[in-house]
Amino acid sequence: MLTLEKVDKSYVSGRNRLHVLKAVDLTIDRGEMVSIMGASGSGKSTLMNILGLLDNYDSGSYLFDGTLVKGLSETKSAILRRQWVGFVFQSFNLIPFKTAAENVALPLYYQGMGRRRRLEVAKEHLARVGIADRSEHRPSELSGGQQQRVAIARALVSKPKVLLADEPTGALDSTTSDEIMRLLQEVNGEGVTVVVVTHERDVAAATRRIIRLRDGRIEDAHAKLPEA
Amino acid sequence: MFDLDTWQEILDTIRSNKLRSVLTAFSVAWGIFMLIVLLGSGQGLANGVEYQFRDDAINSIWVFSGQTSTPYKGMKPGRRIQMTNDDHDDIEHGVEGIDHITSRYVINATLQVRYRSETGSFDVRAVHPGHQFVEKTIITEGRFLNDRDIQEYRKVAVLGTKVADALFKGKEPPLEKEIEINGVAFKVVGLFTDVGGENELEKIYLPISTAQRAFGGANRIAQIMMTTGDAALAQTQAMAKDVHQRLADRHTFDVEDPRAVFIRNNYENFQRFIQVTGAIRLFVWVVGFGTILAGVVGVSNIMMIAVRERTREIGVRRALGATPWSVVSLILKESILITSVAGYAGLLLGLVTLQIGASLLPKDGFFINPEVDLGVAIQATVLLIVAGAAAGYFPARRAGRLRPVEALRNE
Repeated sequence: MLTLEKVDKSYVSGRNRLHVLKAVDLTIDRGEMVSIMGASGSGKSTLMNILGLLDNYDSGSYLFDGTLVKGLSETKSAILRRQWVGFVFQSFNLIPFKTAAENVALPLYYQGMGRRRRLEVAKEHLARVGIADRSEHRPSELSGGQQQRVAIARALVSKPKVLLADEPTGALDSTTSDEIMRLLQEVNGEGVTVVVVTHERDVAAATRRIIRLRDGRIEDAHAKLPEA
Repeated sequence: MFDLDTWQEILDTIRSNKLRSVLTAFSVAWGIFMLIVLLGSGQGLANGVEYQFRDDAINSIWVFSGQTSTPYKGMKPGRRIQMTNDDHDDIEHGVEGIDHITSRYVINATLQVRYRSETGSFDVRAVHPGHQFVEKTIITEGRFLNDRDIQEYRKVAVLGTKVADALFKGKEPPLEKEIEINGVAFKVVGLFTDVGGENELEKIYLPISTAQRAFGGANRIAQIMMTTGDAALAQTQAMAKDVHQRLADRHTFDVEDPRAVFIRNNYENFQRFIQVTGAIRLFVWVVGFGTILAGVVGVSNIMMIAVRERTREIGVRRALGATPWSVVSLILKESILITSVAGYAGLLLGLVTLQIGASLLPKDGFFINPEVDLGVAIQATVLLIVAGAAAGYFPARRAGRLRPVEALRNE
């Protein structure tokens, strides 16, 4: 499903050159639920951005469901993103002045779906994540867990091939975290490939495979759960 | 490319960000409103000044006699200066550049005018044919006075339309009818109207020679007026000075005496007013330009802050699959929508204010019919719209080009 071969990425700021990813080889199959773990600065966010077509890489190759994704223009990668990838962020990133249903409907707007239809679909997805009764609320009127559910509904509404979650429970308490991970497991159970970036053991434990990243290299693509 | 859904999205954004939208709209509407009101007022003042000069020929010089106020060559002050036909002839033949000239003999009493059983009292002006051009008299029927009327002392009269209405009541045509003025019979040869207003229509014009003889005027005249053709300002001033010097010589008074005769150079006055209105117009433009500039700065400011504030939202939209261009166009369309609606509202409000102002002010004052060049108003509105769009465009383009990751990182 997602195949990286010898992917290199560095950031240049001023005279400094930061080599973030070093010859990363990685394969994630369809229907998998994996977590990418690593200390901060290990390159896990960068890896996720590349996987999610949010960022380019310098060399190597990245096959997304058999399509080579390399050196795309911003416009092209935007079009691929709206069809293939759903995102869940640590800080939810809901648009504050839109209601829950409108937030969920936004990806469908960019897919060109009509207004009434996409609000219907959005409400179906809010029901699926268990907060149908909150569809007319603004993000500020929702709890953290509810906001993350809205974000998950938004990530799923466009029927993506891959759902990428960057520290999805980073801003939540442990009970809510468990609920969110259970929701992601359900989503995975419906056949969506799920990739979670985390440094939390419990979160990683909820996935079926752990990829350990260290200093920009894959240390272990089938790592054991770290000791508690 | 009209896409209802896009505009729906934009309207949603505007509705959800009321304060920002209202602030932008206000600075645009206010700028346009002020500009319209300013330009309209400037025009109203200019119109008012022109109105003040509508009655008499702009290029005319008027001479009135007075009393000496300074002793001169052994004569005491307080001497009345009485102008005569000889003064008229001297000026007519001696002063260069005169187009038309007339004198006025004023009969020092209101005269009884009668046609059959209808009577009334009207002002009678005894003048030369040139008077028609000085006073801008418009003949509606028949003719004005001519040189032969003067030479042959004809008993003819030219009536203002209100005089004709009062005497003839519309029952019969006034031309060729005999009317009596203080018992002397005159034949009506013409009717006239005048742009100077109602008052001017209650006058009767008689040949000066006839009137002097019939009403005991001898050779006395009260005023001399002349038009100066298309002479330049300096030339009209020279003519006025020449006239003044000739009268001073003939009547033996000091040409520096301000009260012996009064000379009014309409052209000079008009030029002075033109300068004043020109200055007012310039001032109005400077202030108006400043207002628009303030509007431009205000709109630009709000747009730049708005885009910065929305960087995160832009990042989210980009992550969800918005192309850079769709982000830029969203922000631009929003800006253009707000500024055009607000600009139009300001335009309308300004025009309505001018209309109300115009209807409240007297129709014959120094401020009449304030109007605005709609082209200028629309250009100013477009300028504001473009400025708002440009001010939004550059930060929006930068935000649109940002990698979504960076935009999202922006807290």
